[in-house]
Amino acid sequence: MDFNFSEDQIMMRDTAREFAEKRLKPIAEELDAKSHLPAELLKETAELGYFGLLAPEEYGGLAIDYLSYALVIEEISKMCAALAIAISVQNSLVIKAISRYGTDEQKDTYLPKLAAGEYVSSYCLSEPGAGTDAGALQCRAIRTGNDFVFNGTKSWVTSAGYASIFLVFAITDPSKGRKGISCIIVERDAKGMSLGQPEKKMGLKASDTREVSFVDCKVPVAQLLGEESHGLKVAFSLLEAGRVGVAAQALGIAEAAFAEAVSYARERKQFGQPIIEFQATQFKLAEMATRIDASRLLTYRAATLYDSGEPHVKEISMAKLFSSQTANYVANEAVQIHGGYGYVKEYAVERYFRDARITEIYEGTTEAQKMVIARALMQETQR
Amino acid sequence: MFADSEYTGFRAEVRAFCESEIAPSAARADEEQIFPKNNLDKLQQKGWWKIQLPEEYGGINYNTVQYSIIVEELCRVCGSTGLTVAAHNSLGVGPIYSFGTSEQRDRYLKTDSSQAVLIAFGLTEPQAGSDAGGTQSVAVRNGDHYILNGTKSWITSSNLCKYAIVTARTDKSGGVKGISSFILEKGMPGFSVGKKENKMGCRGSDTAFLHFDDVRVPVENRMGAEGEGFKQFMITLDGGRISIGAMALGLAVGAFEVAAKYAATHKQFGKPIGEYQAIQWKLADMATRIEAARGLIYGASVMKDKKQNYSQQSAMAKLYAAEVCNFVTFEAIGILGGDGYSPRYPVERMYRDMKLTEIGEGTSEIQRMVIARAILKSIKVDA
Repeated sequence: MDFNFSEDQIMMRDTAREFAEKRLKPIAEELDAKSHLPAELLKETAELGYFGLLAPEEYGGLAIDYLSYALVIEEISKMCAALAIAISVQNSLVIKAISRYGTDEQKDTYLPKLAAGEYVSSYCLSEPGAGTDAGALQCRAIRTGNDFVFNGTKSWVTSAGYASIFLVFAITDPSKGRKGISCIIVERDAKGMSLGQPEKKMGLKASDTREVSFVDCKVPVAQLLGEESHGLKVAFSLLEAGRVGVAAQALGIAEAAFAEAVSYARERKQFGQPIIEFQATQFKLAEMATRIDASRLLTYRAATLYDSGEPHVKEISMAKLFSSQTANYVANEAVQIHGGYGYVKEYAVERYFRDARITEIYEGTTEAQKMVIARALMQETQR
Repeated sequence: MFADSEYTGFRAEVRAFCESEIAPSAARADEEQIFPKNNLDKLQQKGWWKIQLPEEYGGINYNTVQYSIIVEELCRVCGSTGLTVAAHNSLGVGPIYSFGTSEQRDRYLKTDSSQAVLIAFGLTEPQAGSDAGGTQSVAVRNGDHYILNGTKSWITSSNLCKYAIVTARTDKSGGVKGISSFILEKGMPGFSVGKKENKMGCRGSDTAFLHFDDVRVPVENRMGAEGEGFKQFMITLDGGRISIGAMALGLAVGAFEVAAKYAATHKQFGKPIGEYQAIQWKLADMATRIEAARGLIYGASVMKDKKQNYSQQSAMAKLYAAEVCNFVTFEAIGILGGDGYSPRYPVERMYRDMKLTEIGEGTSEIQRMVIARAILKSIKVDA
């Protein structure tokens, strides 16, 4: 079954695959070791249009559908999951939010630069005390005259080191509690905003992740995105798009780890034969391949439903849940098939193993996906 | 609990030492990929480089349960240190004491009590991993010495050790009965340490290649008779597996304690996450499996001390403890969420350290082979 991809979809996938193979594969290990995405690589990514995949055409974006988008993220993730998450944050969170909620002026100001990749962007929702429970955030942006005055700290901010704009969620009306949260576009040069050192992480090391802190940081009220106090609505409306991206990312990691495992199992001889001849290895590969196929079907279905506007909330969480679990399962078995070689940096599976772990944590943990799925199930079966 | 009440005081002492003397250097050892030099002396003062040797060799003559508790408690705070202690005691000291002549024991085990003298174990080769009988290193007899050539890989404490026990083929006709073992000394011409491995975890342990280039090894450095090397090492590994099981147990306990504390204190949606059933069940499964692994490890330890055939039990203990460790460290990260992906909490390191326990001293696949072979051998089938 080929999922009846259109010519455009096939072209998007093949271009991304070629970029990943030729440009990312040779440097992926180095990017991980140096914990850095070089400016030159971000520029090339921008030139391919990948920072504007979901931006409307009128602003210079590619405006591709979500299935195409999933295919691109999947291919990039096979070789560099860290670059994939920067693309995913830019498109499914920031561009999506500004396209949907921005004023004409905000769209004119930001979308062309985002679409061209001239601007890379960050999304600031999580805080040290507000992870799965995003509504518990403490960061404040209190209106004073024509400004919001920000005070607080955001954590795990992807691309913070080179982002030009930050979508920041903060309390603008403390009297309303979590219903008093707004979404505001903050530019990099805002006074009072400061970036922490890059976070050290188990994996996705090349992705620039930092804390972002605000001390009496003034931002003009015109930077409010969407209605005041509707911040959580904005955040929740972006969850599905973000999860399609991570499902595709996890799928790409799993596929790449699987490919490495198969090729190693063919080459490596022990007890006088390639280890792929052993039934235990064969059964591992069979299990891995089956789960990858299921992840792929769930992810493509989720993207397709999202494109068509049919109900998709539960299906997207299922795709994200299963794909990220599969990435961890497959990466673990791929390391196991490699034995000691899977434990060292020279072999890509070592990196896939570390990268896979985050896919079950961000854009909603595995537990958060189960909450979404269960809630949907209970609604569907209500009498 | 099984075997534990008898050792309550012992464990408390061991734990206090590990927490005050070993834990503080664990994160830096991982980050810098250097075994903490101070640990060599601290462990020497405790007698932990000769845990199971009689006093006449400067040993502390502990039983195997005590030895397992030491490795477990070391790994609860620092996997690299625990691994180094386990490899040295089980694979370095152990075979010389069991298979060496009294001259060899005196020379290599009655060492200067004021400093740590480490002994490495060289069995694995680039082309002979799980298939250790595929050894390609060669020792050719030439009068009163052998000329040794070959390469050993994944050797723990390559640089730290003063001596190394290695296997090589003395009979070109092949087969495991053509393998003999030799005790090498640092400084023998042609004996060198190769590239250090850049590993996913256990980064504080010193793993590298050993190279033999026409090394002249006196005949009196052969351990046991010609052709006994493989058998010696299989016996040695039976004991070593208990210690790697204990290592896995320690990592699991360390990660579990961090996760349990985090669950009890970290709040989301207004209450500690430990109040959610999903987290409670995770903790329940983690604790249950940890206790089961502990039972297997102490059970195998007691059998070894009673000189019963414990080969199958040590394989089961190692297999199960390593898989429990994978489960527990993985779930611990899940409970911590984003914090679990950061080295600010030790579970990030423990998860990476964990993967060694499913690979080193016989992969999980090899343990299953050992167990299955023992089961099938025990069943008499009527023709």
